[in-house]
Amino acid sequence: MALFTFAKTALRNLLQGPCTERYPFVRRTMPAGVRGALQFEQATCIYCGICAKKCPTGALKVDRATKTWSINRLRCISCNYCVAACSKKCLQLDTAHMAPAQTRDREVHTAPAPPPAS
Amino acid sequence: MTRTIMPFGPQHPVLPEPIHLDLELEDEIVVGARPSIGYVHRGLEKLCETRDYTEFTFVAERVCGICSFIHGMTYCQGIEELLGVAIPPRAQYLRVVWSELSRLHSHLLWLGLLADAFGFEALFMQSWRLRELVLDCIELTTGGRVIFSSACPGGVRRDVTPDQAAFIRGKLTELEQRLGEIVPAFLNDPAVRQRLAGVGVITRQQAETLGAVGPVARASGVAMDMRTSLRYAAYDELPVEPIIANDGDCLARCRVRIGELTQSIGLIRTALDRLPAGELAVKVTGNPTGDIFARAEQPRGEVIYHLKGNGTKFLQRFRVRTPTFANLPALLAMLPGSALADVPVLVLTIDPCISCTER
Repeated sequence: MALFTFAKTALRNLLQGPCTERYPFVRRTMPAGVRGALQFEQATCIYCGICAKKCPTGALKVDRATKTWSINRLRCISCNYCVAACSKKCLQLDTAHMAPAQTRDREVHTAPAPPPAS
Repeated sequence: MTRTIMPFGPQHPVLPEPIHLDLELEDEIVVGARPSIGYVHRGLEKLCETRDYTEFTFVAERVCGICSFIHGMTYCQGIEELLGVAIPPRAQYLRVVWSELSRLHSHLLWLGLLADAFGFEALFMQSWRLRELVLDCIELTTGGRVIFSSACPGGVRRDVTPDQAAFIRGKLTELEQRLGEIVPAFLNDPAVRQRLAGVGVITRQQAETLGAVGPVARASGVAMDMRTSLRYAAYDELPVEPIIANDGDCLARCRVRIGELTQSIGLIRTALDRLPAGELAVKVTGNPTGDIFARAEQPRGEVIYHLKGNGTKFLQRFRVRTPTFANLPALLAMLPGSALADVPVLVLTIDPCISCTER
């Protein structure tokens, strides 16, 4: 049995001040490999649809005919499964914070129409 | 004497998750309790019919936010056994490292919640501050703070580099030092002991009869730990013995979990020292057929997975018996005779995880 078992720790904490980071004034550097928001690189995508097929939550949709890749950000769980499956490496998980979603709309990326043959 | 029925939960300041107890009271003393669960049922088990067995790992991991890795790993163990796959030694050791990191952060979270339940706010914050050290290790090695997503059928999806191993060792040393500051407050402080010692006693015989698991059973002197009974993953090559206490009260349950913190730190260090070189995963082919029970030791006790395959890529049946569900009869046995003011502490000492239980 001991009295004041926590006094030393409490006193030290009091003198040291907060141990938390002062977000948003101080932003934490995320370690590499943190699973953040999914990033899509349109230029290399071949719209094969493997990512959509593998997605465990059905957040991704790919339409080969219209060359459209879309994501429901609220369904994505950042599991990295699509990134590992993508043969063209056009998907990546970013480590940065994402802006909060304002609407429930899907984020749609459509390939630009090819230039007319001259 | 008139009896009063008092609802406890599903929303209660001490409960992080919703469980409802109808407490039957005589004055301030509890004479009976009836639980009702089902407030956070999400129907995860049904999803196995629409997600193929590899994708379903991510669903299994989300059964619980605290022991997520061990859920995913147990599911993968079941699939591997159904398909007759042996995973590489490096993957087995990495599974141990992540399982024990999981146990560390779960027990530190629990210590904080317990301190909160008996009203020691500074101790609560200090415990959670220590938990951040473990979460940093998890974030660095798996990319997520609580959802690991690093187990897959056939092995693991991520490696631990030598730099990351050194980072983990450094954090563990810091954790060990700082644990020395909070442990006396839990075990020796007279005010804390008054709330924990001799409260909610479960005898060894009761623990065995009621089917208690994990730290609840071990605090009553039952030497039951799946890591030593089953020796899954790399536990057959690592020094691990069940941590037991004999008093069966809240203090004994606290003592067991604190002992397991030190044990887990040692296990992670040994596993990192002995980490064999080699592949992270083997390719898993074919579809599961037949049914199997996979078991593992979670921070809260033994979890049982029943997987039934029908030769397609979708499982026919997926069922989980979680440790909290197994410990509910023990909770109901410890409530009668206790004071109403002790109920929050008693509910917390089984470390209830309701989202696990209701899935």
